[in-house]
Amino acid sequence: MAIVTATGPGPTKPSARRRRAWAVVLLRAASLPRGRFGLAVVGFVVATAVLGPFLAPHSDTASIVAPFSRPSGSALLGGDELGRDVLSRVLNGGWVLLAMATGAMALGVALGSASGIAAAYLRGSWDTVIMRTVDVILAFPQLVFALLLVSIVGPTVWLTVLAVGFSHAPQVARVMRSAALDVSERDFVKAVELLGVKRRKIMAKEILPNLISPLMVESGLRMTYSVVIIAGLSFLGFGQPPPAPNWGTMINENRIGLVLNPWAVIVPAALIALLTIGINTWTDAVARVAIGIDREAETATMLELPSVVGEL
Amino acid sequence: MSTQGSGRSGGPEGATHEVMVDVDRLRVRLAGSTVDVVDDVSFQVRAGELMGLVGESGSGKTTVALALLGHTRRGLEVAGGTVLVGSTEMVTATKQQLRQLRGAEVAYVPQDPASALNPVLKVGTQLIEVLRAHPDAVAAKALGDPRARVAQTLDEAGLGGVPGLLNAYPHQLSGGQQQRVALAMAFALRPSVIVLDEPTTGLDVTTQRLVLDTVRSLCEAYGVAAVFVSHDLAVVGGLVNRLTVMYAGKVVENGPTALVFGAPAHPYTRKLLRAVPSPERSEALEGIDGQPPHPTRRPRGCEFAPRCPLALPACSEGPVPVVELPGEHLVRCLRTELTARPEASRAEGLSTSTKPRAAQDVLLSASGLSARYGPAEVLSDVGLSVGRNECVAVVGESGSGKTTLARCLVGLHGSWSGEVRFAGEVLPRTADRRSRRELQAMQFIFQNPYTSLNPRSTIGGIVELPLAHFFPSLTRSERDERVSRVLQDVALGPDFSSRYPDQLSGGERQRVAIARALVVSPDLLVCDEITSSLDVSVQATIVELLRRLQAERQLSLLFITHNLALVRSIAQSVLVLSKGRVVESGPVARVFERPEDPYTVRLMEDVPKLPRGGRDSGPGSGPDGRLVAT
Repeated sequence: MAIVTATGPGPTKPSARRRRAWAVVLLRAASLPRGRFGLAVVGFVVATAVLGPFLAPHSDTASIVAPFSRPSGSALLGGDELGRDVLSRVLNGGWVLLAMATGAMALGVALGSASGIAAAYLRGSWDTVIMRTVDVILAFPQLVFALLLVSIVGPTVWLTVLAVGFSHAPQVARVMRSAALDVSERDFVKAVELLGVKRRKIMAKEILPNLISPLMVESGLRMTYSVVIIAGLSFLGFGQPPPAPNWGTMINENRIGLVLNPWAVIVPAALIALLTIGINTWTDAVARVAIGIDREAETATMLELPSVVGEL
Repeated sequence: MSTQGSGRSGGPEGATHEVMVDVDRLRVRLAGSTVDVVDDVSFQVRAGELMGLVGESGSGKTTVALALLGHTRRGLEVAGGTVLVGSTEMVTATKQQLRQLRGAEVAYVPQDPASALNPVLKVGTQLIEVLRAHPDAVAAKALGDPRARVAQTLDEAGLGGVPGLLNAYPHQLSGGQQQRVALAMAFALRPSVIVLDEPTTGLDVTTQRLVLDTVRSLCEAYGVAAVFVSHDLAVVGGLVNRLTVMYAGKVVENGPTALVFGAPAHPYTRKLLRAVPSPERSEALEGIDGQPPHPTRRPRGCEFAPRCPLALPACSEGPVPVVELPGEHLVRCLRTELTARPEASRAEGLSTSTKPRAAQDVLLSASGLSARYGPAEVLSDVGLSVGRNECVAVVGESGSGKTTLARCLVGLHGSWSGEVRFAGEVLPRTADRRSRRELQAMQFIFQNPYTSLNPRSTIGGIVELPLAHFFPSLTRSERDERVSRVLQDVALGPDFSSRYPDQLSGGERQRVAIARALVVSPDLLVCDEITSSLDVSVQATIVELLRRLQAERQLSLLFITHNLALVRSIAQSVLVLSKGRVVESGPVARVFERPEDPYTVRLMEDVPKLPRGGRDSGPGSGPDGRLVAT
C-alpha cells in the first residue's frame, strides 16, 4: 500500500510498531494527492511563519519608507500605514497567529472531546447538563461568543487563546458525543465495566482510542476555524496590541491604503487563506482515509474474511 | 467440478429431469486483481431437485449463489466459466435480460427477510410489484390476474389462513411469516430456479422447520430447481437431494445427500461432519485445527492440505483433479482410496455423571428472579442453581429471555427482582455495587467476539487488563507470564500477544475472550451464546476447549445457547426457558430423552438432526483411524 511513500509528519521508522491507528491514517492521507497538496500548502505557510523572523530584512517596527509606498528595492512589498516594511512585518507576523491558533485548537478539542465523551458514556444527568450547556453556547455565533469573552477580559494573547478554545468546545463536544455514543455501547466497553474499572479510566483507555479518526478530522477543522477567528479578532482590534505585527491586524491597519499599496493587505490575507485552504484539504484527505479504512473493513466482512487492513 | 458434463450418467431420478442450472468452471475474483475468491466451481441442478451448497465462512458459497442470479458483489468480478440458468448464460447476459430473468426465471430468497422486505410498503403491494414488473412472464405462464395470483401464492406458502395479511406491514408479522412472505414473493412467478441464501438462520427451530417444509413442498410441487445455501449441515441434511461442499473457493465434494453424509469422501467433509453436535447423543466434538487460507494466500495444490491429516506431499504440488466415485459422487481429493472406506465412529458416551450434589456445593443460585425492560417483563420467577464444577445450560428460542438472564446474573442489567446468591452470599443487583472478589469470581463471555474485544488494544493488553485490575500487586513480569500461560491454555501461541483483534479469525477472537475471563481464575464462567457467530468446526473446538478447561480448572459454567444439540455435548444439566419462564429443568440426559413439558417435546422434535448415516457408518477403523484421533 501507499504507506511506503510516507511523507507524513512525525518520525516513522519502518521498524516502529506497525499500525498505531493514527499513524496509519496520517501516512495514508499523506499519500493521497489532496493530502500532499494540503501538506505542501500548510508547510509553505508554516515555514513562512516560523522561519520568517530570521529572514526578515528589516525591523518590523522601524519606519523605513513613506507610508503606503509602492514596492521598491528597499521594501520589496512596499510600506504600510507608518512606512514600515510590509515584507518584514509579514515574515514576523505569522508565528504568533499560528501558535495562538494551535493553542486554541488543542484547548477546544481537549475540552470538547472530554465533555462529549463524558456526555455519551455517563448519560443521564451528565448528558443533559453538558449537552444543554452546549446548546446554549451554540446559540451564539462563534465569533460573537469569542468577541464577548475577549471584550470582557481584554485582548491579552493568552486570554484570546482561552476564549477561542472555549468557543470551539461545544462544537467539538457535539461531534465527539455522537461518535462516542456508538463506541460506548459496544461489548468491549461492557466487558471492562464488568471488571469494576473506574469510569474515567474506561473513557480514557477504552473509548478514546476508538475515536482517533473523528478526533483527527475535528482537530483539522478546528485549526482552520481558529486561524480565521483569531485573525478576525485581530482585524477587529482584539489581537495583540498595535506595534506587534500580525496578519489579521495588518489587514485592518492597511485597508485604508488599499489603493496605494494593495500588497500590504493582499499578502497577509493570502497567507491566511492559504493556511485555511491547506489545513482543510489535508483534513479532507484524513477524513477520506478514515472512511476508506472503514470501507475496507466492510468489504472484508462482506467476504467473511479477516481484515487485512494494516497488514499491507 | 471439471470432470462432470458428458461423463455424468443420469441419476435414478435425474434421467427424466431437465438440467436447470449448469455452472461450469466458474471463477470469481477480486476486481482488478488475480486473487480468486471462487475458482473452478462446477455443478448442475435439475428441475425438482434441491441442492445444498454448504461451506464455512469465506468458502465462497454466497458468491456462487449470487452468480446464479448474474450478480457479483461490489469489488468482485466473474473471471471465467459459465453459469447457465435454463438456456441463458447469466455471466454475459445484458442488464435488460437479467432484469427479465430475475424474479421470473430465477428467484432469490435472502437471509434476513426483515431487511429484505420494504418496511413502509404493505405486504400485498410488495407481492403485486413482482407480478407487475414482469407482465410478459405473467402472460406466458398464464398466471392470471395478479391479485388472484398473489392470494394463490400466499396460500402455497402456507399463509392462506392469515387474515388481513395483504394489508399488513412487514413489522406486523413474525420472523417466520416474513420469511414465508419472501418465499411467496420468490415463487410468485413460478420461476424454474430458486436460490435460497441461509433463509432460516435467524429463525428458531420450530419456525425453521415450518419454513423448510414450505420450501420443500413448493419445490417438489412445481418442479423448481433449488439451490439452498447454508452453513448448517443439520438443516441442509434433512432437506436436500444433493450436496455441494465448498472449501476455500473450490468445490471439494458433490454428491447425493445420503452418500455425502453416509460415506463422506473428502477429509474436509468428514471432519466437518464430526464437528456437528447431535441432540441425540452426548459425544465429544472434533473441531478442525487451523483455519481456511485467506484468498490471497491459498496454497498451490489442495486448499485443505495444510489442515488435512491424510495429506501427502503430492497434495500440495499442483491442482488436485476431481475423482468420480460410484453414484454420481465427485470428490476433489488424491486420497480417495483411503477416504472411500468407512471410518470409525466418533467417540461416544461422554461421562455425564450427574450425581446429586450436596447443598453446600451450590456455587450460584437464583430464586424468584424477574426482570423487566421498561414495561415489558422478560423473565418471571426464574430459579436456577449451578453447582461447583458443573455446567448448566440454559436453552431457549429467541425472545425467551435467556440472554437477559445471563445479564442479570453478571450485573449488566439492573432492573430485576429476586435473589441471586453466589457462594452463599447475596449478590448486589448491578456490577458497580459488587465487590472486587465477587466480580473476579464470576466472568462473562460475550456472544459476539467481533465486538467484545477493543480493536485498539493488542491481545496481550486485552488479557492483561483484568489481571492488572484484580491483582495490582503483581509485577510486570509476573503478569506477562500469566498472560502467556493463559494464552497457551486456550491454544493461542505467545506471538498472539502483540497482535490486534482484526488480525484474528472469529474463533481466535473468542479464544481471546475466554483467555481474558480465565486469567483472573474465576469460579464461574457465564457464556452467552458464545459459539453462535462461529462456524461449526470452530464451534466444536471452542466447546472442546471449554470442556477441557472446566475439568482442569474445576470451573463452573453457565452456558446460554439456542442450540439444543450443543447442550448435549457440554452440559450436565439443562434449563429450558420459554417466554421468560422455566418450563423444564433437570439432568441433560433425562430432559433430552424423556422431555416432560410439551414445549420441550416440540423443541426436541423440531431440532434439525444429521441423518443417522452421518456419523457411525461402520465400526471399522483402518489406517484412517488417524482421522479420528487427530
